Amino acid sequence: MRKVLIIGATSAIAQETAKIYAQQQDALFLVGRDAEKLEVIAADLKVRGASKIDYTSLDLNKCERHQDMLQQADSYLEGIDVVLIAYGTLDDQKECEQEYSKTKRSLHTNFLSVVSLLTLLANMMEPQNYGCIAVITSVAGVRGRQSNYVYGAAKGALSIFLQGLRNRLQPANISVLDVKPGFVDTPMTAEFKKGALWAKPEDIAKGIYKGIEKRKDVVYLPWFWWPIMTIISYIPEPIFKRMKL
Amino acid sequence: MKSMSKKYQSWGRFPKVSQRDNPLQWRTLPIPDIPCTVLPYGLGRSYGDVCLNNGGSILTTRSLNHFISFNTDTGILRCEAGVSLAEILDLCVPQGWFLPTTPGTKFVTIGGAIANDVHGKNHHKAGTFGRNVPQFELLRSNGERLLCSPTSNQEYYAATIGGLGLTGLIIWAEVQLKPICHRAMSTELIQFSGLEEFFEISAQSDQLYDYTVAWVDCGSQGEALGRGLFFRGNHVTEEEIPASWHVSSRTLTMPMDFPSFALNKWTVATFNWMYYHKQSSKVIKELVDYNPFFYPLDAILQWNRMYGKRGFLQYQFVVSYEDHRIIRDILQVIAASGSSSFLAVLKTFGDLKSPGMLSFPRPGVTLALDFPIKGAATFELLERLDAMVREAGGVVYPCKDARLSARNFQTHYPQWNEFSKYIDPRFSSSFWRRVTRT
Repeated sequence: MRKVLIIGATSAIAQETAKIYAQQQDALFLVGRDAEKLEVIAADLKVRGASKIDYTSLDLNKCERHQDMLQQADSYLEGIDVVLIAYGTLDDQKECEQEYSKTKRSLHTNFLSVVSLLTLLANMMEPQNYGCIAVITSVAGVRGRQSNYVYGAAKGALSIFLQGLRNRLQPANISVLDVKPGFVDTPMTAEFKKGALWAKPEDIAKGIYKGIEKRKDVVYLPWFWWPIMTIISYIPEPIFKRMKL
Repeated sequence: MKSMSKKYQSWGRFPKVSQRDNPLQWRTLPIPDIPCTVLPYGLGRSYGDVCLNNGGSILTTRSLNHFISFNTDTGILRCEAGVSLAEILDLCVPQGWFLPTTPGTKFVTIGGAIANDVHGKNHHKAGTFGRNVPQFELLRSNGERLLCSPTSNQEYYAATIGGLGLTGLIIWAEVQLKPICHRAMSTELIQFSGLEEFFEISAQSDQLYDYTVAWVDCGSQGEALGRGLFFRGNHVTEEEIPASWHVSSRTLTMPMDFPSFALNKWTVATFNWMYYHKQSSKVIKELVDYNPFFYPLDAILQWNRMYGKRGFLQYQFVVSYEDHRIIRDILQVIAASGSSSFLAVLKTFGDLKSPGMLSFPRPGVTLALDFPIKGAATFELLERLDAMVREAGGVVYPCKDARLSARNFQTHYPQWNEFSKYIDPRFSSSFWRRVTRT
């Protein structure tokens, strides 16, 4: 039985990943903003087989409350084997361009608040000498593009932070997984027109689960985003800056 | 939430409509306030237009897919309306429970199964799906949440079962599952040479078997008219549990639309001839997994593409036992018309009454047919069948219909006026507008 902490548990991808653990009778602790939604999800996961499940609601932008929340999870689960950090906001790029306060808020939610959690988690887990920290970033963080560079900057910075953390926790036998999904059909992207590159949350969840099991470092989900982003990252900047992306 | 108008079609790919899509996320939220009519939409497996709302909006329920509780002592499962039968089976079969009754695909939601009051191969033993739903919650557009059961809000319980999604949004429902001891089915496949033999086998099988259904070779005429294969089966008993069991989860996906000429009377007749003659002995007995037994077509994802872009029409009717000669006449008309049906399915319904006000199943014999759309001739043929069914006092199944006239519908379902009282004022569908047109 694994002990799994999911932060941002009401997101579609997190819900689907939690189902995979629940089906294997693992113990789960969920964190999210909305208690009512967490209750719906916890009941569902209980029916699906979770051996033990509880949740707490918290606005994750309130970093000063992270410590208490992690302690609560740790004592409920009696140790943490796997953490999945799955929250984020896709703020309107145009609004961020007009107002720094909006950019700041986006950077805080998508980067700084996660850094706060990771700092605490790393120190909690380092002595136990096993475990996995998985964080959902984005292919948007691979290269800055005019259509969403604020979100991209936050996710890109987070990927670099994870890279360093992975390096630090390697001797402690803790794997740090950077999950980079492409377009996923979720409530966060309800307004977008969907095409062939769009994936379902349940398929992303399977990829996350496999990445955690195999102690991977970075996974692109679905896999085809790896060649796509590799090509994109090799386009010379003088050409790239003229492209409409 | 904003949403753009998009093109939609149902499983039969006819008609094609333009409607908005408002996805529902949480069962605690009200019905979105949008300036047009709405209709709940699950997995879109209804064949015709009962799941379409041209010019309005659909409320997609696929994210309402949470389980709520499962009592493993009584077998009562409570879940949100967007949970599919496939998800229920995945959860319950390993724990020794099975659906009380199931249609020929598991890719339908609980909400859809109730709204169409679907039936299965065990109608003669278990009745319709709605018979096995002890209670559900109905959310009305005015925000009211009605707990519906045979003893609470009885009128809405009766109107919503088979109510085609028009009485409001089913939020959650309870299903009474039935115990099984293994996922395997003990089955028999019997060749029959004509309708007389079908009725003989059927009468005998309905006593001994929980599940019975027959496939009819629609291409045969004269002596061979109405010949086919009879499928019957039971869940295995404790004594029959196989020592080892292999479950194949392989699926194929139909990669593209077939060109419209691919299915013509010659190819369909050849398929039917080969299918009928696939077995050399008259009876085959075997143990099979529940998946191929109940859901043979689910192994081919998007099989509806076989009928090409123009789509196909399903036609299912029921006539009383006494009027079953009409089945022969209808098979004759189809054979003579030169259009042949691939999947002609024949079954006797039992006399367990459905609680649904507008439910289709009733005691008698039901025949389901499908026809690739070949222009006006296909529609004319079905209108001829309408007249024959009406004359025999039969009714057509709304869940599969895309073209029945208002006059015919209102003759088949005289209770439609009474039913209308329970329709939510903000709910409507392409089907309902068509069959109530004056």
